[in-house]
Amino acid sequence: MSRPLKLLWLQAGSCGGCTMSVLEHGTLGWFADLSAAGIELLWHPSVSLQTGQDARDILHRVETGAVPLDILCLEGAVLCGPNGTGRFNRLGGTGRPMMDWLQALAPLAGVTVAIGSCAAFGGIAAGDPDPTEACGLQFKASHPGGLLGTAYRSRHGLPVVNIAGCAPHPGWIMESLAAIAAGQLQAGDLDPTGRPRFFADHLAHHGCSRNEFYEYKASAEHPAERGCLMEHLGCKATQAVGDCNQRIWNGGGSCTDGGYACISCTAPGFENTRGYLATPKIAGIPIGLPLDMPKAWFVALAALSKSATPRRVRENARADRPVIPPGRITK
Amino acid sequence: MTRVVVGPFNRVEGDLEVTLDIAGGVVQQARVTTPLYRGFEQILVGRPAADSLVIAPRICGICSVSQSIAAVSALQALGGIQPAPNGVLAANIAHAVENIADHLTHFAVFFMPDFTRPTYAARPWFPAVAERFAAVTGQATEEILPARARLLHVMGLIAGKWPHSLTFQPGGTTRTLDLGARMRLVSILREFRMFFERTVLGLPVEAFLAIETVDALACYADSQRGDLPAFLRIAADLHLNRLGHGPGTLASFGAYDTPGGPLFAAGLYDAVRGCRPLDPALIAEDVSHTWMEDAPPSHPAFGMTHPDADKPAGYSFAKAPRLAGAPVEVGALARQAVDGQTLVHAMLAQDGASSVTSRILARMIETARLLPALDRWARLLHPNEPFCAESDKTPADGVGQGLIEAARGALGHWIAVRNGRIAHYQIIAPTTWNFSPRDRDGTPGPLEQALAGTEVGADGAGAVDIQHIIRSFDPCMVCTAH
Repeated sequence: MSRPLKLLWLQAGSCGGCTMSVLEHGTLGWFADLSAAGIELLWHPSVSLQTGQDARDILHRVETGAVPLDILCLEGAVLCGPNGTGRFNRLGGTGRPMMDWLQALAPLAGVTVAIGSCAAFGGIAAGDPDPTEACGLQFKASHPGGLLGTAYRSRHGLPVVNIAGCAPHPGWIMESLAAIAAGQLQAGDLDPTGRPRFFADHLAHHGCSRNEFYEYKASAEHPAERGCLMEHLGCKATQAVGDCNQRIWNGGGSCTDGGYACISCTAPGFENTRGYLATPKIAGIPIGLPLDMPKAWFVALAALSKSATPRRVRENARADRPVIPPGRITK
Repeated sequence: MTRVVVGPFNRVEGDLEVTLDIAGGVVQQARVTTPLYRGFEQILVGRPAADSLVIAPRICGICSVSQSIAAVSALQALGGIQPAPNGVLAANIAHAVENIADHLTHFAVFFMPDFTRPTYAARPWFPAVAERFAAVTGQATEEILPARARLLHVMGLIAGKWPHSLTFQPGGTTRTLDLGARMRLVSILREFRMFFERTVLGLPVEAFLAIETVDALACYADSQRGDLPAFLRIAADLHLNRLGHGPGTLASFGAYDTPGGPLFAAGLYDAVRGCRPLDPALIAEDVSHTWMEDAPPSHPAFGMTHPDADKPAGYSFAKAPRLAGAPVEVGALARQAVDGQTLVHAMLAQDGASSVTSRILARMIETARLLPALDRWARLLHPNEPFCAESDKTPADGVGQGLIEAARGALGHWIAVRNGRIAHYQIIAPTTWNFSPRDRDGTPGPLEQALAGTEVGADGAGAVDIQHIIRSFDPCMVCTAH
């Protein structure tokens, strides 16, 4: 590696949660991880020393090409309002909308990375009625385009890398950055919405600790019950991409393990669900069935498995802790 | 008189711009601008009431649990819901852990790096602090960030993940902690306490909390190892207790529900009148200098959010919350002052007002006070009782308010629901109070007051004292206008 790659991190219509997430990464802290990956932070709004004029000088040197921009990270949605002016989000001290800064800097970037679902797709900021005209760098919800347009490619020929999630797992962020720094992230490593396939080729359902309840369609009906959250409590893990339940979050958790529904925060448009914690149904059948399974088969299998549910599974599903331990049927 | 604009002002969670009018090397007046508006109060309207639990926490990724708990508290008030006692304890634990993590991140990542600026190169303490707290490269983050991450493992146990969890529900929390989980919890908390005592305080928590006077604090600062004594020595050398005096009145909504009332009391405090009650009915938000359509000052149960980026009198997207017409300062210092913490009262009496030093010290005092409470709450979790009461139906119509304390101070959510849908949602975040713009009487917000009168000399807007004052509030700009 000849020189450290220079990374500029900007925040637009952001909650700061993606930075808070990645600060959890690493046994010696995130900065040590960046250094080990050969990445130098040019500037990050939450952690860099430079402020005011010094920060503006860094941005100026990047914009004029005096400093190479190897990796451009954006956290937060691009706010184009009001009326396309971008003035809901000016970068302090510059008078310029963040939207303008991004249009100026993205063409210079070796690789452009959207950190989190807001920067990728608009996210919560783009929720109806979309008061700030929010979008992602290259998508608005599931519609290609976004701020930079479908034709945008960074200098290394990649579309925007969309590290979706609200907030993304710290590993998704750091592993993506490390792969970019190592030159190992290619266009083929991204799914059609720009998400790295190493986490997006999985479903949040894979590895869910409630799997046995799912198999038997033994469902929770109230918060804190142990059963499957899909039938009644809004869980979208069978449709949501992410290796969420194959990793550990904060030392040993995940959404479904924490007792609440997956809300598919890695998906474009997740912000416009109505009723996140209740499953919409038609004629008693959940409308959001697994993506690639014929509905009739699902209904038939569900009926069959419900009829075969062991008492242990059925009763534990409706309890907040195991009430019947595993064991041989004695009578 | 010269006018200078400082920005992007970083290490503040989000973006900030400050305009300073300087004459004769002294800040004459300051205007604080929140340059980001995301429209949460507009996005929430029309959604099912319980969806506030998904949307509202995403205002802020650093105090997400606080936002969740405020939203939950508003729904509890709306539905008259009594949460399960275990759920209250678990929520308290997660909330306190988030607040401690925020205090630690602020201290090590946001605040201390300013003492590594070259302007201090001649100070005797400079080499040590530069090695330890240099932004990004300082060795403190190699210890403090992993300790923070390990503490946040509590979220893996209680909240599934952090930030942005749905474990916090009107009936309690959704994850039942079994015996093993409770033991892991106690162990994480014990480990963090050891780290905090060894690395930050340099003393056991009880010994530190026994410091009650300014003299005893000076003695502690001079005799102990640890990051807090190191800060206090720098603060004494630079007279940071004379910097950034706030508006006088400190306010807290009260923090951490327990059967006997909040762990930290609600109320107001000032050095002249002492503690007195806080009446939330006297809160009103003024938009005269906000990029919002003009309207009379309104209580948040009635106030509206209609942005107008072209308003000539506007200079910030933040509204100006006032209590009985006056600005108040919120935060850990206010919480500890209102709760009667002896050393905090002694500091306020000595300095005559809130200051850079007392704001930083109060976060560490609060952390020290929370650690024994956390351990107690973890041991009080009842093994056979539920964590979440069955309370899944909120009424189709009604109103509620949730008044809680985030790391940075008083946080309020006000909700109205009609036909099961959110008809009205207003939020006042801590930094909305602290970094508010002027009101219609021309009264500046707390930070604006704290900056006025600061001597900047030839450094002008680049004066490092400006940095210390602003960051001493631990602002969260993403929350401020939301």
